[in-house]
Amino acid sequence: MAESVGTSPVSIRSRDLTLNMGPSHPTTHGIVRLKVSTQGEEIVDCDIEIGYLHRGFEKMCENHPWNQAVVYVDRLNYVSPIINDVGYHMAVEKLLDIEVPARGQWMRMLTSELMRICDHQTCVAASCMELGAFTAFLYLIKGRDLLWEVLEKICGARVTTSYTRIGGLAYEPYPGMKEEILDLFTDLRDINREIDKLMSDNRIFIDRTRGIGALDRETCLSYGFTGPVARAAGIEYDVRVQHPYMLYNQVDFDIPVCSNGDCYDRYLVRLNEMEQSLRIIEQCLAKLPAAGPVSVEDARYTPPPKELVYTRIEPLMNHFKHHMWGHMIAPPAGAVYHAVEGGNGELGFYLVSTGEERPWKVRCRPPCFGLTQALKEMIIGGMVSDVVPIFGSINMIGGELDR
Amino acid sequence: MELSPLQRSLELAEPFVTTKLDKVLGWGRKYSIFNYPFVTACCGMEYMSAACSRYDMDRFGAGLPRFSPRQSDVLLVVGTITHKMAPVLKQVYDQMCEPKWVVAFGACTISGGPYNNYAVLQGIDQIIPVDIYIPGCPPHAEIVMDGLIKLQAKIQNQKHEV
Amino acid sequence: MSETPEVRGFRDHGSWAGPELVEALRERFDSGMLGDSAAHGEREVTIRREILPALARWLKEEQGFEMLLDLTAVDYLGKRETRFEVVAHFYSLSGNRRLRVCVPLREEAAELPSLTSLWKAADWYEREIWDLYGIRFAGHPDLRRLLLYDQFKGHPLRKDYRMKDRQPLIGPEAVRPAGAGEERAHG
Repeated sequence: MAESVGTSPVSIRSRDLTLNMGPSHPTTHGIVRLKVSTQGEEIVDCDIEIGYLHRGFEKMCENHPWNQAVVYVDRLNYVSPIINDVGYHMAVEKLLDIEVPARGQWMRMLTSELMRICDHQTCVAASCMELGAFTAFLYLIKGRDLLWEVLEKICGARVTTSYTRIGGLAYEPYPGMKEEILDLFTDLRDINREIDKLMSDNRIFIDRTRGIGALDRETCLSYGFTGPVARAAGIEYDVRVQHPYMLYNQVDFDIPVCSNGDCYDRYLVRLNEMEQSLRIIEQCLAKLPAAGPVSVEDARYTPPPKELVYTRIEPLMNHFKHHMWGHMIAPPAGAVYHAVEGGNGELGFYLVSTGEERPWKVRCRPPCFGLTQALKEMIIGGMVSDVVPIFGSINMIGGELDR
Repeated sequence: MELSPLQRSLELAEPFVTTKLDKVLGWGRKYSIFNYPFVTACCGMEYMSAACSRYDMDRFGAGLPRFSPRQSDVLLVVGTITHKMAPVLKQVYDQMCEPKWVVAFGACTISGGPYNNYAVLQGIDQIIPVDIYIPGCPPHAEIVMDGLIKLQAKIQNQKHEV
Repeated sequence: MSETPEVRGFRDHGSWAGPELVEALRERFDSGMLGDSAAHGEREVTIRREILPALARWLKEEQGFEMLLDLTAVDYLGKRETRFEVVAHFYSLSGNRRLRVCVPLREEAAELPSLTSLWKAADWYEREIWDLYGIRFAGHPDLRRLLLYDQFKGHPLRKDYRMKDRQPLIGPEAVRPAGAGEERAHG
């Protein structure tokens, strides 16, 4: 019979395993490389390598006119592009010292909140799918497609909208928009309720996300956390509340805040923020003026409508002055920083102008930069499979992270 | 009316149908596409839409993404490929087994898109051969479906080595 | 929200630091301050690089600026005497006020002390500035490229780096030397 072999500890020579997660990996959303060193299942060290989607955003903006940079700004946080557009153009308008008419601002707010819902839907959908809950993914993307249909009618594109312009918007709201959006609300609220029923009390989901990935408040502030992840950690900071821009101080909404800061709290914050965004949209629709300009009525900033450009000489000359090199909008020299609340947190734009037709610098302060940097601390000490919910909960968007 | 071999054999209640091996292999391969979604950027959003309930790639048999190049036959390159990412793409392509096809999804994979600068590969066909180009920035999910159907037509009609 | 009518800019409802902070700064760091500005309703101070570590510590520990929101650099080639300027945005969560600090740097001495000991966020921000502008940070634990690959030569966001000068790792352009006959960006 075998002797009892378990009496004295046997020392087994072991080495850390270096595992490469990414850069082409479903969890790391395609473009982050995590070099993790593991002892068995536990991660002991990690190196995060980013930049696989560095597309030269700043360099492109420096070589294009002020109005054309919106195309690149769109592609920063590509799950909620209108929020990027609004942030950039509000910063330019700050430089120019012009104010968008009320109707334009209500539309900007409305579409920003619609896109915020899209952002949170995508984030929750992707993180649930990565944990194996494929149904949640299908339901939320269905909801997102419904929203995109409306957005396509408003601004012509589903994903990369380029909706705002200097001084206002590119397009007017279409007739019947209000009713169509209000119609959607039942479907969207149903979907939120379904996800809540499926995931919030789900044993497996809770086991995978409770207590995972939390950092203490001091560390969160040190990394510059903002947005849903910070609010899940108890940091009550929302740019719409502390630095109200547009007309956010004229609508009622709450900011969901949790206390643990783990992945489950982040999911709860996002789910509740979707409901709050619906509240804001309802109020925007009620207060949206039925008629009026959406762009500032100043020929220096707003191009004339095409019907006039093709038929009369002054609008034609005005059009020429908007679109030909040597004549375009050139904000006075100076620097501004303007921040909006993006899907991930404080999305700031630091613009430097030297009085030319092209920006001297367009800096985007990416909210998920600090979050991805903190990923290292969040995953060390956990298991390899904990990387999945943690990465999903920080909502790293490559376009914004690498720019 | 001209009946296809299958219809004829059903008419005559015959238990076999005559065709060419190429056509059968094409038919089988086109309806069992295992795609490797090499997703990097904004086009990924439209890819998600195309794969989900509304536009549903699954009804064409292409619904199961395989996240390993060893298990997939269509490399869906979705989103901008930068010079930093290009060697990774080449390696993934090399790891796939024949028969394999490549779909360039979105303007950035076709020609670099709006990014003509120091960081972006100006089209993936500079490093790997491409079968289908789906234009758009990002392409509407319906265009993705069109591209998928064209890929299926290509698979059906090409010569299949056994 | 802090009520400082003088700084109440145009849409930014009083969320930038008030003139009293600039006064306190001037008292504390007299010779280190080069200027300040309240344009567009914001609050900006320009300082000498020698006082940056002390100023940052003072802001964090005594003035309640818990967060370093952003750290970036600007290349003023041909526009200014001092070529580079490192720009930091600080935010005080408890006081709800922002502050921008600018540090001009000459090209020959493009180096700054690192802020990583005070804010962890500075780690990656400084790596990015090194990567794209070539400004070094003394005392940074691991100053290497962040967004670009190791084989990349040069610092692309500098104004003398042409936008289309590619340095591919693989592909047909990889055999052609970069910058050979590439036309400039339009305009």
